[in-house]
Amino acid sequence: MKILVLAETDVGRLRPASLAAIECGRQLAEPNGGSVRWLLLGAQLDTVAREAARYAPVCSVDAEKLATVTADTWAPVIARAVKQEGAELLLAGSGTFAKDVLTRAAALLGGTMASDVLGHKWVDGQLQLRRAMYAGAIVATVQLSGPVQIITCQSTAYAAAEPLAATEAIRPLAIDLADLPARVQVEAVESKRGGRPDVTEAAVVVSGGRAIKNSADFEALIGKLADTLGGAAGSSRVLVDAGIAPNELQVGQTGKIVAPEVYLALGISGAVQHMAGMKNSKTIVAVNNDPDAPIFEVANLGLVGDVYEVVPQLIERLSQRNSE
Amino acid sequence: MKILVPTKRVPDTDQRITLREDGRGINDDQLPFVINPFDAIALEEAIRLRETGCDAEILIVGIGSADYEEQLRSGLAMGADRAILVHCEESLDPWNVARILQVLVLREGPDLVLMGKQAVDDDASQVGPFLAALLDWPQATFASKVELSEDAVRVDRETDQGIETIEVTRPAVITTDLRLNEPRYASLPSILKARKKPIEQLQLEALEITLEPRIKIIGLEAPSQSRTCRRVDSVEQLVEALVEVLP
Repeated sequence: MKILVLAETDVGRLRPASLAAIECGRQLAEPNGGSVRWLLLGAQLDTVAREAARYAPVCSVDAEKLATVTADTWAPVIARAVKQEGAELLLAGSGTFAKDVLTRAAALLGGTMASDVLGHKWVDGQLQLRRAMYAGAIVATVQLSGPVQIITCQSTAYAAAEPLAATEAIRPLAIDLADLPARVQVEAVESKRGGRPDVTEAAVVVSGGRAIKNSADFEALIGKLADTLGGAAGSSRVLVDAGIAPNELQVGQTGKIVAPEVYLALGISGAVQHMAGMKNSKTIVAVNNDPDAPIFEVANLGLVGDVYEVVPQLIERLSQRNSE
Repeated sequence: MKILVPTKRVPDTDQRITLREDGRGINDDQLPFVINPFDAIALEEAIRLRETGCDAEILIVGIGSADYEEQLRSGLAMGADRAILVHCEESLDPWNVARILQVLVLREGPDLVLMGKQAVDDDASQVGPFLAALLDWPQATFASKVELSEDAVRVDRETDQGIETIEVTRPAVITTDLRLNEPRYASLPSILKARKKPIEQLQLEALEITLEPRIKIIGLEAPSQSRTCRRVDSVEQLVEALVEVLP
């Protein structure tokens, strides 16, 4: 099976979701002697292509026209590359990039797609994929049938790939870009993450919920504890809806799905929609003033208490330990 | 101007979803159904665009069984002008939903398609970009702000990196995120008025679409989510236990 993995990059580096996708690709290819290659799009790709080549051979389309990511321009190029290379499976890490760009490309390739795959197995030569439905209450095993299979995989389900012993080749693809549409203008991207790591990429995620009353408190409690632990700040939906936390911090069914080493849920009651985004974390720590909050059912470690009292003490004690 | 809002009928998100004993589906006979919350946001946005000056006809679409009429009526009560119900008893995958919507869009010729970024039952997030690609229209996914200009739309998109502002030409497909708006509740007079609004009934066969199944469900399971929680009594104990597990 010929597999192409669409690379997602951020300021000239591969995003961790892409390394998980390469790992998923390797596992899919392994039992039947398949091949895994990167499909790398963008402009001025030399540095990131060299990084990618440490993991798999690279097929690149390096053009000024692709400097800005839009589904409108990228999807046709991806579809052409897949056809030209004769790939049977196209893969990317889950996230808004893939949901936008890869999904559009999937339609140009016949619409055979499974989103947010959690696992796979081969049964009688057929690929079976596991994916969550109903905010994770149900896990379905599905089988795709169509000309090219397109998959996004959860980076929480596949570890980041290890580099290969030797660097692989980088091959530019000759793809006609003359007729790409110009219907979408990107004006600005604004991140309010505050220099902290992304929730999907951090080993420790500190998340706040309904108990947090305003942005200043969010920063002073959640942000500061995240910094103390060298982790990411996250949020439940309610704080994002209220404008207390920025949207890119939202963890849950409709936000980001995370599985860090340690997830601290602070003042989060534990709606199923939130738990869908963090229940696979290795250790879950919950602090909530309601002893019956559902979050304690998925937590490994719990303290009943007010986050406004508990978190400053946590910051103080952990800072002391850091300095010792 | 015409705005088409495709919708999906889904179990109310407050409900606990359980697996049927035979494992072939969920227990849905007692579940209350609603318009997919993201699609309700799309409909609300269409109504607000109309209220803030653009003279728009708003058309909602549902694909499913006759039961769907109830949810379409609630969409009409919110403020849609008319509805189309495509009768189909089968559960469809995103590819076939997008193909049916493509036929309806070509028939109706809207300037905009506004729809939810995902349906909260299968969480696939595929139909919007599928439909945009099939129509060869530009797309703006995960919208948290929508502004019409002469022949374009400015959209703030909620991406993993933050808010991205883009401008796309019309016609376009826009998929809506949570922060775009809060859908209104229908007033009693508008509920009564909605009873008289037309719901066009279409049979799938009449659209001359041969279904092309892409996703076959092999099995369903309901994974256990609970862990054994060790409760500590003080911050001191919490720190002791926490440092043991920190990377």
